Amino acid sequence: MLIRLIGVAIVVVGLVLKFDTIATVVLAGIVTGLVGGMSIMDILTTLGNSFVSQRTATLFVLTLPAIGICERYGLKEKAIDFIRSIKSATAGRVIMVYETIRTLAAAFSIRLGGHPQFVRPVVVPMAEGAAVAKYGEINAEMSDVIRGGSAGAENYGNFFAQNCFMGSSGTLLIAGFLAETLGLGETGSIAIEVAKWSIPVAVISMILGLVRSIMIDKQLEKMAGKGGDK
Amino acid sequence: MTAAQILGEVFYSIIGLVFILVGVKALKDEGCSKKYTTAAFWFLLAFTFICGPWVPKWLVGAAIVVMACLTAIGGVVQSKNDVPDPATVRANADKFGYKIFIPAGCIAFVAVVGATLGSKVPALSWLTANNAIGLSGVVALIAALLLTGAAPKYAAVDGARLMDNVSTTGILPQLLSALGALFTAAGVGDAISHYVSMVVPENNILIACFVYCLGMALFTMIMGNGFAAFSVIMVGVGVPFLINKGADPIIVGALGLTAAYCGTLCTPMAANFNIVPAALLETKSKYSVIKSQVPFAVAMLLCHVVLLYVLAF
Repeated sequence: MLIRLIGVAIVVVGLVLKFDTIATVVLAGIVTGLVGGMSIMDILTTLGNSFVSQRTATLFVLTLPAIGICERYGLKEKAIDFIRSIKSATAGRVIMVYETIRTLAAAFSIRLGGHPQFVRPVVVPMAEGAAVAKYGEINAEMSDVIRGGSAGAENYGNFFAQNCFMGSSGTLLIAGFLAETLGLGETGSIAIEVAKWSIPVAVISMILGLVRSIMIDKQLEKMAGKGGDK
Repeated sequence: MTAAQILGEVFYSIIGLVFILVGVKALKDEGCSKKYTTAAFWFLLAFTFICGPWVPKWLVGAAIVVMACLTAIGGVVQSKNDVPDPATVRANADKFGYKIFIPAGCIAFVAVVGATLGSKVPALSWLTANNAIGLSGVVALIAALLLTGAAPKYAAVDGARLMDNVSTTGILPQLLSALGALFTAAGVGDAISHYVSMVVPENNILIACFVYCLGMALFTMIMGNGFAAFSVIMVGVGVPFLINKGADPIIVGALGLTAAYCGTLCTPMAANFNIVPAALLETKSKYSVIKSQVPFAVAMLLCHVVLLYVLAF
């Protein structure tokens, strides 16, 4: 019984030791098949069969040419302009506004970029600017709270909303798995349902984000101590 | 073959063409030290997409093994890209303004509307959900070309550029669902569920929901990869302890991957999301981002358990 789990062990060890992911996954598949009593030919056929029927999970490639051209013509620049145009009074609110935009963009499959393109050049300066305006001066600890919170907002919006689009790779992975392993039907039509049932998590993520941004403001106020204007 | 299947194969062939473009780009790049192995990877991948359905499947399997060997030796790298010049992009952004979001928005809109119409209108039965995603890419591309007046060759240039940026990991979801199928065929799910059932009382749904969500998060924390955790925990816990006990498979699947992402928020293994940004933002500790995310992740994971328990049964 235990020997059958060797494939799982290979995946874990391979990824923890930072071996090449694709090679690790393929090796885990082959070894698992071998200990499961399959012949090399059986294994290659099963692998090839599932890979061909799972091409759906890579459909997102069809959207890349359009996105690439939009980027060439200023998609990211206009997103930055938009975020900069919003006036927010506190660091927490700046972070929340960014999380909202990031969530909506992810749900509509608009790839905004992330930490290097948005958080560092736009969100952090705006949030720290708001904090400086409010508390006069911010120390390194306060700055860490703001920076950690800003980086987190990017991750929350990205992770918990992207599956709301039926063509995202995560949604297609889930749908592909259900189609392939459980035989539930066509991957695409399952993907619509998966996308629909991903909405509650995206909404909860926004609510928790709001709570968190309020807590960040409270924490900053406490750290600023009597130096604050309130 | 039905019209829907033929159209589907056309879209897969277009994807194959994008892979070929990435390979050709590598071959043309004189400065690329690994251009032959890189091109070989992308050409083999194109072969599985374009010829996959028509050749013996072991041949596709063999191609995958060769591709894995190529990535294992570090033979697949990015080649030189035609990156748009920042000043030109800025000028374009000022010229076209927020209109540039229209083509991007087309993708989600056309995909959802197309798939819905395809399933409701008999005359549009060729428009399966898969084909609707393909169509959304085509419509968005046409909209982008019309709006910007860009030369059509940029569809190829920018498509290959972004694909090269996504790199080899772009095929990971596809490969992992294939791994899930292989695991199931080889009885891995039975083995995991055999061991899990030693700890989890039979038929206690709430505990099963908890173990499933926590398993997703923990496996992701160890491996740093939510997609990989999804395949393993779905086979070992999701199917035997939830779906086979009557849970809605769609909801189990949808919540599984986001539960795994709760783990992503807490682990230095997911360096791209947690450690690299901390360095980028020059925080005092390299764990500042993780520290900031842990309370959110825990709350989110508990919400997953509740949602799963309430919605799936």
